[in-house]
Amino acid sequence: MFDLGILYPAVLNGLTTGAVYALIALGLTLIYGVLHIINFAHGAALMVAMYAVYLLHQRFGWDPYAVLPLVVAGMFALGYALQRGVINRASHGKDENILLVTLGLAIVMENLALLAFRSDTRTIETAYTLSTVAVPGPFGVGAMISLPKLLAFGGALATAAALLLLMRGTDLGRAIRAVAKEKQGARLMGIDVEHVYAVSYGIGLACLGAAACFLLPAYYVNPQVGSGFVLVAFTIVVLGGMGSFGGALLGGLLIGVVESLGGLFFGDSLGQVSIYLIFIAVLLVRPQGLFGERA
Amino acid sequence: MKDLIAIAAFVALVAALLAGADSGVVLNFVTMALYATLLAQAWNLLGGYGGQFSFGHALFFGTGAYAQAIAQLQTGLPAWVALPLAVLAAAVVALFVGALTFRYGLKGSYFALVTLAFAEVFRIVALQLPITGAGVGLMLPLQESLAALQFGSPRGYGWMALALVALALLTTSWLRHSRFGARLQAVRDNEDAARALGIDPFATKLAACVLSGTFMGAAGAFYVQMFHYIDPAIAFGPTTSVEALLGAIVGGMGTLWGPVLGALALHALSDLTRNLFGDLPGLNMVIYGLVLVLIVTFMPRGIAGIGQSVRQRWQGGGRG
Repeated sequence: MFDLGILYPAVLNGLTTGAVYALIALGLTLIYGVLHIINFAHGAALMVAMYAVYLLHQRFGWDPYAVLPLVVAGMFALGYALQRGVINRASHGKDENILLVTLGLAIVMENLALLAFRSDTRTIETAYTLSTVAVPGPFGVGAMISLPKLLAFGGALATAAALLLLMRGTDLGRAIRAVAKEKQGARLMGIDVEHVYAVSYGIGLACLGAAACFLLPAYYVNPQVGSGFVLVAFTIVVLGGMGSFGGALLGGLLIGVVESLGGLFFGDSLGQVSIYLIFIAVLLVRPQGLFGERA
Repeated sequence: MKDLIAIAAFVALVAALLAGADSGVVLNFVTMALYATLLAQAWNLLGGYGGQFSFGHALFFGTGAYAQAIAQLQTGLPAWVALPLAVLAAAVVALFVGALTFRYGLKGSYFALVTLAFAEVFRIVALQLPITGAGVGLMLPLQESLAALQFGSPRGYGWMALALVALALLTTSWLRHSRFGARLQAVRDNEDAARALGIDPFATKLAACVLSGTFMGAAGAFYVQMFHYIDPAIAFGPTTSVEALLGAIVGGMGTLWGPVLGALALHALSDLTRNLFGDLPGLNMVIYGLVLVLIVTFMPRGIAGIGQSVRQRWQGGGRG
């Protein structure tokens, strides 16, 4: 059981899955950090992005990686419109309302997908879906990792890096951080707070667009696919500290490995339970997260 | 007193409807609307009066449902004995989850997340355990008699649901006029101020959580008796959680009649869409989701809020 030849591939697999988790969690943590809301529609939005990738491949034969800019832009527009047109209007300045509205949006999106596509699980076939790459490891052990998962790992990390650059190095990023810290002050400095809110929500959903493109070559899509990811993403965000980018990144990789090893030792479905138990435990004992600053 | 008269009138009206109606359609509608009312009123006890928004109230519903089924199937207890056990089981789970979450001061979105996660854990565990019938679920043998709490016509279930709803209404009315209810609403409106007045927020919220869980458990037991079947998705899936919170929010949280109105309106709406569009999968939930978004956007105080506005205007002192 503790043979390195089994553990090493499991850890690598966990890391590749975890990178995609991290990408999903980054969007969630950005939305939480700026708007101080928990986006219950996150999983449903991921599902929408995955169907978009699926349809583009199915109808036009476009490669999932090639449509990345298109899907990312589309998700950004969807997020901007949803925040500005629906969520912002419904909030009336109360957090509970936002909670309920994002829940309502999630229900609508998931069940529209159910209406349109039934509950069938769908996958796409690409030339590289089944290709694998040998990744050498320490002590002479190696692992065969599927090529789409490896690409997802690299792509997720690259997207995360791009997001960090955006937040640190551009005026837009500075405006977003200013609004997150001190809304009124930012408004007095001439920042359009409503616009920044909508942009942040849009970027949060755009991360999901990227995640969908990296996921689909090796994963499936059905109307409920988002709910599996959403609690995992919540776990990561809570684990890493609400609103912390570095925490989301590390938390994502950590959860990916935990899930993979948990599945190895306890079987797949109990491995899932271990994530929820970590989630509940962290929420109870350390709601500010492992890397969070304040309680 | 006014509340008690109104509740008595409501019960008499529904009882007349149940006793007088001949058509199965009407009886079924009344019964299911009462069931939806029970869910909404149970959620309202904690969400409306306690201000704690649970997104996983199916947790208590499913616990009650499984306890009701397991007590009869595995231990051979009669349904009447299983019922209090089922309610007790739900109350214990509510006590456990409530103690855990309120102990650490989780509120708002965190509370919503924890309840959601607990419901998910229970669903996955129920999928694994042999005692819950795993993925297949549990089926009660058909046995139509009052002793087995199974009835040949929807009318019998209507009486049962009416009794449970009456209890829930009485409890809510008690909450509105008792010291405990006043404490609970004080904690909801301002926890720090309530604490300064010597109220123990932890104990108060916990009691509300147990009360709410108790009625959800009763609803679960009712479900099993009526449909003779339960599986992990029905028991702990999101549908029941959403139905419970939606009824209370659409009707008006923290009011006595709001959840009744909300559950009735939603049930009528879902029946209407089914008649208009047939049984398309998901359509019902799409409409529920839209209603939720629209209500929160345009009528944050729910249907009962309209009545309040009208009354305020009538009395001349209102803001409208």
